[in-house]
Amino acid sequence: MRNYLQDYCVVSCPSLQEALMALQGTPAPIPMAGGTDLMVYLNYRRLPAGSYLDLFNIPELKQGIQIQDNKVVFSALTTYMDVRMHPYFQNNMKLLLHAAKVVGAIGIQTRGTWAGNIINASPAADGVPALMVYDAKITLASAYNERQVLLSDFYHGYKKMDRSPQEIITKITIPIPQTKDHEYYRKVGERKAQAISKVILAGRLSLDGQKKIQSIRIVYGSVMPYTYRSNKTEELLLGNELNHKLIQEAVSLIGKELQPIDDIRSTALYRRKVAQNLLEEFLCSAL
Amino acid sequence: MNGFQKQEIEFTINGKRWSGRIHPMKRLLDAIREDVGLKGTKEGCGEGECGACTVLLDGKPVMSCIVPVCQVHGHEIITIEGLEEAGKLHPLQESFLRDGGAQCGICTPGMILSATAYYNDPRIAKDLTETISGNLCRCTGYTKIFSACQHAMEKRECCCGEKK
Repeated sequence: MRNYLQDYCVVSCPSLQEALMALQGTPAPIPMAGGTDLMVYLNYRRLPAGSYLDLFNIPELKQGIQIQDNKVVFSALTTYMDVRMHPYFQNNMKLLLHAAKVVGAIGIQTRGTWAGNIINASPAADGVPALMVYDAKITLASAYNERQVLLSDFYHGYKKMDRSPQEIITKITIPIPQTKDHEYYRKVGERKAQAISKVILAGRLSLDGQKKIQSIRIVYGSVMPYTYRSNKTEELLLGNELNHKLIQEAVSLIGKELQPIDDIRSTALYRRKVAQNLLEEFLCSAL
Repeated sequence: MNGFQKQEIEFTINGKRWSGRIHPMKRLLDAIREDVGLKGTKEGCGEGECGACTVLLDGKPVMSCIVPVCQVHGHEIITIEGLEEAGKLHPLQESFLRDGGAQCGICTPGMILSATAYYNDPRIAKDLTETISGNLCRCTGYTKIFSACQHAMEKRECCCGEKK
């Protein structure tokens, strides 16, 4: 047996209630869903020693995808492949399908979960921008409480989020858009498969008869230290007529609003420029 | 809590029940090679990038180097050893042989299992290229691998009358 395994303890629970009780321990075990992020660190001896809570076989978290009247609900262990295989997303809320297809490769999509993508809190998460653009809410449960948080309010710094160690995501609720929106999702990476993003832009906007912007969402991945909804640029655009002049103003403002990260995958300079180009492409495509 | 010790883990591998005591955090890849004793599953990068260690978990391709063995408790695994039936190779194995789809052989089991998942259910990917896009090969340059997969798919369509 590999020696390093001695440093780890796994808590497996047959029910959600027992899992939530296990999280009351000190220190709380670290929840693990599909393991596609955590297990990479294990092999390189970089996974913190300690106790992990295996969520993968908890039936309450494996309820699949429910399409209801005005919302879509993902149970916590919903994978990217579940979205790819579900007929609903072939013609509706297609940014979710798009995001699911660009995550890793097939062998990752079968294991990686949307909720894990949220809690791992990588700035380069591919699934989170698509969820955020649809105003997704997450339900966080602990042994004694349950609450809903708007995903775009969830992060406030690199791997900093509004979650206590005693909480896990039990479901993701996504309102079904009531308007016919113009949608955009583009991931920029080194290659098509198995790439970690350099820049992601997910966008959604609706126009009225006078081409005035009625609603807009602009969400960047891999640019800021966390998945970032650009409120300032959205504010500039909202209520105004979409034209080339407005687009240029928005492109210039987003250059100032973003404070891009510099890391092994790309530079801040490159990220800012590409972020601006993608915004221009998104807005021009709606003209 | 008995996490620092091994746990009783049970699963089906290539149609046979297997059970034994394994540390729950052990990689499925290591459990298959060391505990079950099947050496057909290969380790490439060890970080979920190259696809060499791909096996089928409940029919879907997964990278066994990043699956903790506790998560396959009660589930079904197929490795490269489980594809043949009564001594007859799987059509994908046949075409890899015929088309020279293997050179050093390290990526081959993973390639074949990824392709098998698509062969069994083409809904998992847009096409063959995407199916094996998470499987890296450092020898052949993919052309022969790809044509081997394609020939097996063509044969499948002929005999099953199914088309993607």
